[in-house]
Amino acid sequence: MLKVEGVNKSYRQTDWFRKARNQVLRDIGFEWRQGETLGIIGESGSGKSTLGRLLLGIEEPDSGIITFGGKPISDRSTRRGAISAVFQDYTSSINPFFTVRQAILEPLRLAGTASRPFDIGKLLRQVGLDESYLTRYPHELSGGEAQRVCIARAVSAEPQCILLDEAISSLDGSVQMQVLELLKQLRTSYGMGYIFITHDIQAAAYLCDRVMIICGGEMVELVETEELKHVQSPYAKELLSKVIS
Amino acid sequence: MKLLQRLMKDKLAAASLCVVAATLLIGLCAPLIAPHPPNEVNMELRFSGASWGYWLGNDHLGRCILSRLIYGIRPSVLWVLAALGATAIIGAFLGFAAGYFRGKTDAVIMRICDVMLSFPGYVMTLAIVGIMGAGLTNILIAFVMMKWAWFARVFRTAVMQYADADYVKFARVLGIGHIGIMTRHIAPIALPEIAVISSGALGSMILQISGLSFLGLGIQAPHAEWGMMMNEARAVMFTRPELMLAPGLAIIVLVSAVNFLSDGLQKALDPKLMLSEKRAKAGAGVIPPRLSGKEVA
Ligand SMILES: Nc1ncnc2c1ncn2[C@@H]1O[C@H](COP(=O)(O)OP(=O)(O)OP(=O)(O)O)[C@@H](O)[C@H]1O
Ligand SMILES: [Mg+2]
Repeated sequence: MLKVEGVNKSYRQTDWFRKARNQVLRDIGFEWRQGETLGIIGESGSGKSTLGRLLLGIEEPDSGIITFGGKPISDRSTRRGAISAVFQDYTSSINPFFTVRQAILEPLRLAGTASRPFDIGKLLRQVGLDESYLTRYPHELSGGEAQRVCIARAVSAEPQCILLDEAISSLDGSVQMQVLELLKQLRTSYGMGYIFITHDIQAAAYLCDRVMIICGGEMVELVETEELKHVQSPYAKELLSKVIS
Repeated sequence: MKLLQRLMKDKLAAASLCVVAATLLIGLCAPLIAPHPPNEVNMELRFSGASWGYWLGNDHLGRCILSRLIYGIRPSVLWVLAALGATAIIGAFLGFAAGYFRGKTDAVIMRICDVMLSFPGYVMTLAIVGIMGAGLTNILIAFVMMKWAWFARVFRTAVMQYADADYVKFARVLGIGHIGIMTRHIAPIALPEIAVISSGALGSMILQISGLSFLGLGIQAPHAEWGMMMNEARAVMFTRPELMLAPGLAIIVLVSAVNFLSDGLQKALDPKLMLSEKRAKAGAGVIPPRLSGKEVA
């Protein structure tokens, strides 16, 4: 469904005298199948967020192609209503001038389904909030609440794919677990798939069907979650042993 | 309207707003308010003091100082405001483009700005006036040409800081066009900052126009302008110092009012304070500052 082929990405280093390029992603290729949850794991600086931005079509790769259902993801019309995202930094994820209601309704307005009857209260209850939050502004929400609103916002237009970039990393442990549960539950009720970017292997193993391990901008593993224990590459083994010990 | 209410709570800002608004209104309605035609020469009344007919007295040609002061608002304030508007629009347009699109657009626009900003402002203004001749229009053109780069630069920084935010990223993921993002997600948030910066610049521009008119480079006689009125009073500075008082005070009061207003605006436009006011009254508790780091949920 979301197909990535031979993607490379580098950033220009702002160097005064020479034009160095910092290669962030090297020859990435995989496919996200409709409805599945794919985890992308890697250390800090391995290029996960960069890959996420490419998958969302808001940045262009240097080479290679990314298509969604056969159409390039960088076209706005491909993305509209098909893909959505939740980002890490909940403090800047919602327009400070928007109320919770406006924020949640925005994707619907764009997907062209705004006229469809839509139960915003039900959606809010699904993410563990209620109608009293509708008129609040983002700075009046706690971190966990803001992240739940972001999830509700991502879900509202019922896209096929939601990309979560470290969506739970800045949350407290117990809240993390609640959000993971919530994601699992939403998945069954809406039948959508996730791309779950994280550095937390345990969270990925809990939620994902398949896991991709990325190191220094290269894809080192792409395995079913059950086979995570039997990975071959030394880097993946090392990463796993850290978690287990 | 909410903004106005907030502004009114700050006494200094409210007073400043009244002064500025009154000045603009008087300037606009000058023909209705001024007691005498501003250029009416009346040699019998040369240097006469305040009287019932001429509240602020008469100048070296027997013209009514009050009327000249009122008509002087037009070039000193109204035209400066128009020039400021033009400058701000050009600056905002280029600054938005540079801050939002980044990359090559940004590089090109910013290098042009660097070039413009590397000329010392007054020297360039004098050069332009030297080439095109003295006169208010030329000075205003010189102003727009010299200042847009500064505005573009400031606006770029303002926009850049918001164009990075995750909600802008999210809007792009949804497939909103660039124009839609700028008008819905960036402009409303950057606008308060732009208003504050522009109102701050207004004060200095009024001073500069008056300064240039004082030097005889601005508006030409016999039209009234505050800086020029001071220049005319200069000849009799020691025998009749009060002639300088009226235009001098007018400039000081207005520029101070503009500066106070810009400070007040800055406070009143803080979105956090603006939006949560009614709820704060209802006792919703303490409002966390927005960028207080990533506290744990
Ligand atoms: N816009 C950019 N310009 C230049 N370099 C960038 C840019 N974005 C990312 N990089 C570089 O790309 C590399 C990978 O960054 P990325 O944000 O993708 O890492 P990450 O895997 O998401 O890390 P983390 O777990 O800390 O979020 C980093 O070395 C970073 O310096
Ligand atoms: Mg990241």
